[in-house]
Amino acid sequence: MSAVQTTVSQASPPKRSFLYDPNIRGYFYQGLLVFVVSYLFYMAATNAVENLQRAKIASGFGFLENTAGFDISQTLIQFSAAGSNYGEAFVVGLLNTLVVSAIGIFFATFLGFAIGIARLSSNWMVRKVAMVYVELLRNIPLLLQLLFWYIAVLGPLPQPRNSVEMGAGFFLNSRGLFMPRPLYASDAWVIPTALLIGIVGTIVFRRWARAQQESTGRQYPVGLVTLGLVVGLPVVAWLVLALVGANPVTFEMPEKGTFNLRGGMQILPEFVALLVGLTTYTAAFIAEVVRAGILAVSKGQTEASGSLGLKPGQTLRLVVIPQAMRVIVPPLTSQYLNLTKNSSLAVAIGYPDLVQVFMGTVLNQTGQAIEVVVITMGVYLTISLVTSFVMNVYNRRVAIVER
Amino acid sequence: MGEYTDMKKALVTIAFGLTASLFATAASAQATLNSVKQKGFLTCGSNTGLAGFGVPDAQGNWTGLDVEFCRAIAAAIFDDPTKVRFIPLAAKDRFTALQSGEVDVLSRNSTATMSRETQLGLDFPAVNYFDGQGFMVRKKLGVSSAKELNGASICTQQGTTTELNLADYFRANNMKYEVVAFATSDETFKAYDSGRCDAFTTDASGLYAERLRASAPDDHIVLPEIISKEPLAPAVRHGDNQWGDIVKFTHMAMLNAEELGVTKANVEQMKTADNPEIKRLLGTEGKFGEAVGLTNDWAVRIIKHVGNYGESFERNIGEGSRLKIKRGQNALWTKGGLQYGIPVR
Repeated sequence: MSAVQTTVSQASPPKRSFLYDPNIRGYFYQGLLVFVVSYLFYMAATNAVENLQRAKIASGFGFLENTAGFDISQTLIQFSAAGSNYGEAFVVGLLNTLVVSAIGIFFATFLGFAIGIARLSSNWMVRKVAMVYVELLRNIPLLLQLLFWYIAVLGPLPQPRNSVEMGAGFFLNSRGLFMPRPLYASDAWVIPTALLIGIVGTIVFRRWARAQQESTGRQYPVGLVTLGLVVGLPVVAWLVLALVGANPVTFEMPEKGTFNLRGGMQILPEFVALLVGLTTYTAAFIAEVVRAGILAVSKGQTEASGSLGLKPGQTLRLVVIPQAMRVIVPPLTSQYLNLTKNSSLAVAIGYPDLVQVFMGTVLNQTGQAIEVVVITMGVYLTISLVTSFVMNVYNRRVAIVER
Repeated sequence: MGEYTDMKKALVTIAFGLTASLFATAASAQATLNSVKQKGFLTCGSNTGLAGFGVPDAQGNWTGLDVEFCRAIAAAIFDDPTKVRFIPLAAKDRFTALQSGEVDVLSRNSTATMSRETQLGLDFPAVNYFDGQGFMVRKKLGVSSAKELNGASICTQQGTTTELNLADYFRANNMKYEVVAFATSDETFKAYDSGRCDAFTTDASGLYAERLRASAPDDHIVLPEIISKEPLAPAVRHGDNQWGDIVKFTHMAMLNAEELGVTKANVEQMKTADNPEIKRLLGTEGKFGEAVGLTNDWAVRIIKHVGNYGESFERNIGEGSRLKIKRGQNALWTKGGLQYGIPVR
């Protein structure tokens, strides 16, 4: 101890007490803060456990293995009241949340870009329609919009006995949209394989066409080739299979039953209302993000590309949007996160998302509020962090590289 | 400088508030009666709106069988049935509200079950309405039995025993159905009424009450099958036995009063009756009220302000109401029903 002190005092001549060393004090206060915070959490947790035990309320995560005993309207995995447990009910709710969020993000992005670009259109009518859309949709609470879609738009659809026949086995009624269910035979693998080959082929062709254009200026019909490869190839594969006598895909048609249509695939009105509500609402915000991004690109860029002979469409696609993306992507990520989190409003219209199934039914049947709420918060946090991570990776790719 | 100290003060207050809410809940498990007396009113978890059981009228006054039960407890404690604050709770929130101490008693057509007593930390001291689950359908469907509901869509409220019985019933009868579950009874019934579902299911009493809200009540029929036992009971937190006793004997006093012919109108004269059972009930003999922390005229207060069980029943859901529910299982045991008052002695 004394040896250390002597070396220290030798190394730093102006001798002072370690009490006044800013480094040591810094570490001390940081350590103290960490200790206080973790002690607070520890106390809160043990206190909660103690209180639960005193009140004879069950705790722990064992309930996830108990039989569920209730049914859910939309299940993407096998689920039955008798054969499934609360853990599986959780997975069902989670998948329903992910499905509606993923599809919602997909459509909201397209719709949002279209409207954002339309707001800057040189056509007065298009510009004003886009403006009215944005101002209307983003200024009405989402919950009201969901109730509007569910009660006012989908509610008055006809009863099953008067279903609207849309042809090709499609029916529409107040119980949802019914369509033929494809049943795959053993040799059906050929079709997705053809699709995969088509997609890979498209990517290769696009790269080649781009390289060609950049070096020689020649342009190739990229759109037509894409269509041919992605759509044409699987269709050809199907036709060939059909010609040799195999029947890779058959359809189970919905038929009229006592109460409702039987068989086929059903898309619930709750799902449609939630999807349409989330998509149109979020698209209004994305439109503003896109508009801001485009306006951030200096006008000189557009004029320069015009003087180089690019058409307005090409200017937008090749010059403006790539530069706008660096402004668009970060707020776009926030909109994706909002859409995912807003999907929990499903609870108001009976769509079995994570909150409805898990925080609603499971919480109430088990009474284990703390565990259920902690799990649910953890799930939303994870979904949001993963979305952010993916978008950040994308952002790094589109960000302007300083040269 | 002033701003800085103010902010610091605010932060300290917040920190203490948070800490207090996390750490100081331990004491609240006991002595609900004392805290109710201190507050000066009872907080009662009630239905968000179920005709006959718990519903606010246009002026915001709560009425109904379950509501009057809370008024009876308030009358026993304060001699004033208006000292109740009603907190409307959806089915899925009701037990959490009780567990967390937001309400003192939950009187909200809730079914007593074993798991709710043992895992949720609740007690159901007395059954104030014996019920069972039924189905309602549109007349034009031509369905006359629940056994014909194979393939139907059924609207139900989530987080209820109804939701579980439904799954059991269709499984036991080997039938398929599509469940559409909503958070509140209001949303559930609206969805049924708008045609989203073929059938609506809840406790039979609820079916009759909800039917009154339909756009055309006569277009709907209640199917004859009762598929479950639903002993509807007020609930309290497990562990405070004194409070549980008060809730239990509030109901028993109302039952005994009916059995002994003590009514809202004649309770004052009955005080001079010779019948020892009436004397004990009305506190002219013995100290039964003091033993649970109330006054000895506790039952007089209940009957004077609210009436006996039969009176409350008839006024809210029986012949004197729009629901016109028969006493049935809820008649006194002396009349072939299940309502049986534990003697005051």
